[in-house]
Amino acid sequence: MTEHEHEEIEHERIEHRVVLRTDVAPDDATLVDDFTPELVDVGAHHLCPGCGEPIAIRSAVESIAELGAIERTISVFGIGCYTAFSNNLDVEVLQALHGRAPSLATGVKRMRPDALVLTVQGDGDMVNEGLQEVLHAAARGERITCVLLNNGVFGETGGHITSTTVLGQRTKNTLDGRDAERDGHPILISDLVASMGGAAYVARGAVNDAGNVARTRRMLTAAFECQERGDGFSFVEILTMCPTGWFVDTHDAPDYLADVIAGTHQVGVVKDTRGEAAS
Amino acid sequence: MSRRLVEGSEAIAHAMVGAGCRFFAGYPMTPFTEILERMAELLPPAGGVCMNAESELEAIGMAWGAAATGARAATGSTGQGLALMQESISELCTARIPLVVIDMGRGQGDYFQATRGGGHGDYRTPVLAPSTVAEAVDLVPVAFDLADEWRNPVLLYGDYYLGHTSQAVELAAAAPASVDKPWALDGSTGGSGRAKLLSPLGAAKQRDGVGYDLAEHLERAGVATREMATGIEPMVDRGYCDDADLVVVAFGTIGRFVRWVVKELRAEGHRVGYVRPITLFPFPAEAVAAAATGARGVAVYENNLGQMVDDVRLAVLGACPVEFIGGLSMDSSGFGVGPEIDAPKIRARILDHLEAMA
Ligand code: SF4
Repeated sequence: MTEHEHEEIEHERIEHRVVLRTDVAPDDATLVDDFTPELVDVGAHHLCPGCGEPIAIRSAVESIAELGAIERTISVFGIGCYTAFSNNLDVEVLQALHGRAPSLATGVKRMRPDALVLTVQGDGDMVNEGLQEVLHAAARGERITCVLLNNGVFGETGGHITSTTVLGQRTKNTLDGRDAERDGHPILISDLVASMGGAAYVARGAVNDAGNVARTRRMLTAAFECQERGDGFSFVEILTMCPTGWFVDTHDAPDYLADVIAGTHQVGVVKDTRGEAAS
Repeated sequence: MSRRLVEGSEAIAHAMVGAGCRFFAGYPMTPFTEILERMAELLPPAGGVCMNAESELEAIGMAWGAAATGARAATGSTGQGLALMQESISELCTARIPLVVIDMGRGQGDYFQATRGGGHGDYRTPVLAPSTVAEAVDLVPVAFDLADEWRNPVLLYGDYYLGHTSQAVELAAAAPASVDKPWALDGSTGGSGRAKLLSPLGAAKQRDGVGYDLAEHLERAGVATREMATGIEPMVDRGYCDDADLVVVAFGTIGRFVRWVVKELRAEGHRVGYVRPITLFPFPAEAVAAAATGARGVAVYENNLGQMVDDVRLAVLGACPVEFIGGLSMDSSGFGVGPEIDAPKIRARILDHLEAMA
């Protein structure tokens, strides 16, 4: 790219945006801490700028707060960048090993049936390492809610291929893009989970734009309500941006999610038995 | 309290429920299977939950979750299944969560696995090795108490014989000690500003200005492990050692056979004694060393290729030679119930060794 072309692109980007001066804070500026939800104890989560995981976690805790379930929530965290939140959330956290969160959550829920029990895992954690765990929990109809933060890479280790990486996606060890012949096909985990008899609610959301964030929040609330009613296993997959692992510019990541990731992992409610339960 | 003739597996299950175990998860594998069957039978009427986990990984995961809520929880398997549980066992140690793990070994080949573990990091697990059904019944509540006291997984290491031997034992409806577990999760601290965290990475939160200071956490976990290792009184059964020329060390089922043979040999005038470690970790090193004082040799009889020999040599510290005289005991079943578990054979090996020492 010539210097001239580069300038032109930068210019285009800036054209339809309000550009603030950065040498002084605007009059109405607030600290990050002031607009984090009450259940995030400390604003500093140390995740990369543009990461979708903090938005997803925030959506989940806001939903818990809205349901009035803060004082009976036990969350089980897997291992990934999002694990940083186990350390600054103001809901109880049980830290699991890679892949094992659904079985830990099972033990928790069986001993504390009145608790709202959710797991938070990434795609490497859940679909690579712990695929059988989430499927068995779904098949058992375990009354827990499993939340998958799916960004298609092992973000924490630096952007390597996972079981959900879509065809053609570049990762650190598929530099020329995932190739079906060489690397196999991505697993559409929500569809797989939805095929389990014990799964009552399965949905795939995303946090790439305001509309999807609002929709994902509704999905999380529906999933928690499903657990509270005892309908069965509930599952929300959330497509999140990982600009670092995707090797795309931070501001391009939401579009990359929409164009590349969501093309394969399509956003929407996959299974909802609420109507059936009522009839 | 009732005295009944029961198989070892059933007796252990009764003792677990009596000790207050309210969650059990397991995956069938011989000779552990019968314990799972009995727990599935006994636990629900006692108000507990027994899960038929889909794998050993899930079994220990479920038990981990249950234990995190403060319930007395247990799982188990045999050697191969226990190998799969090792990563969780090491994490439970660093997260300081109590759990009882029943290892019904095939033969005695799980010694290293039980006493050294196959997980990562600086951790240890206390190991109790009963030799009879009655002793197993006595040790089950000890296992739960130790787990709670030290906030650490504890192994009860038995075998095929222990599980399948019928013995008349007291099946007491033991009243479990009520243990205060302020660290356990129940969800209620959410929103308080002090919501609990139970993690192998540390329980301190960022608000404490600490966050994940893994080095600091592992240091503290390490101190807890060392305190546990020295704080648990090793248990041992020994006899005829005062004037013994040869001391035979054996554990578990084999320890029972060795004790019988040594008693017979004593009656015939041979100067032999026996030591049976009941805690394999912490190993009763002082008791073994004391038993070996004045002896000309120590022999180790176990049904493997000599795994406990390392611990015995460390205990004896070169005061006299320590030799392995046992061996694998496999029949075609592969469950370690074969020809080496045989009093005449043990007797012959001990006599051979006495002769070789002379
Ligand atoms: S590496 Fe990816 S997933 Fe991890 S914090 Fe950065 S953007 Fe988020």
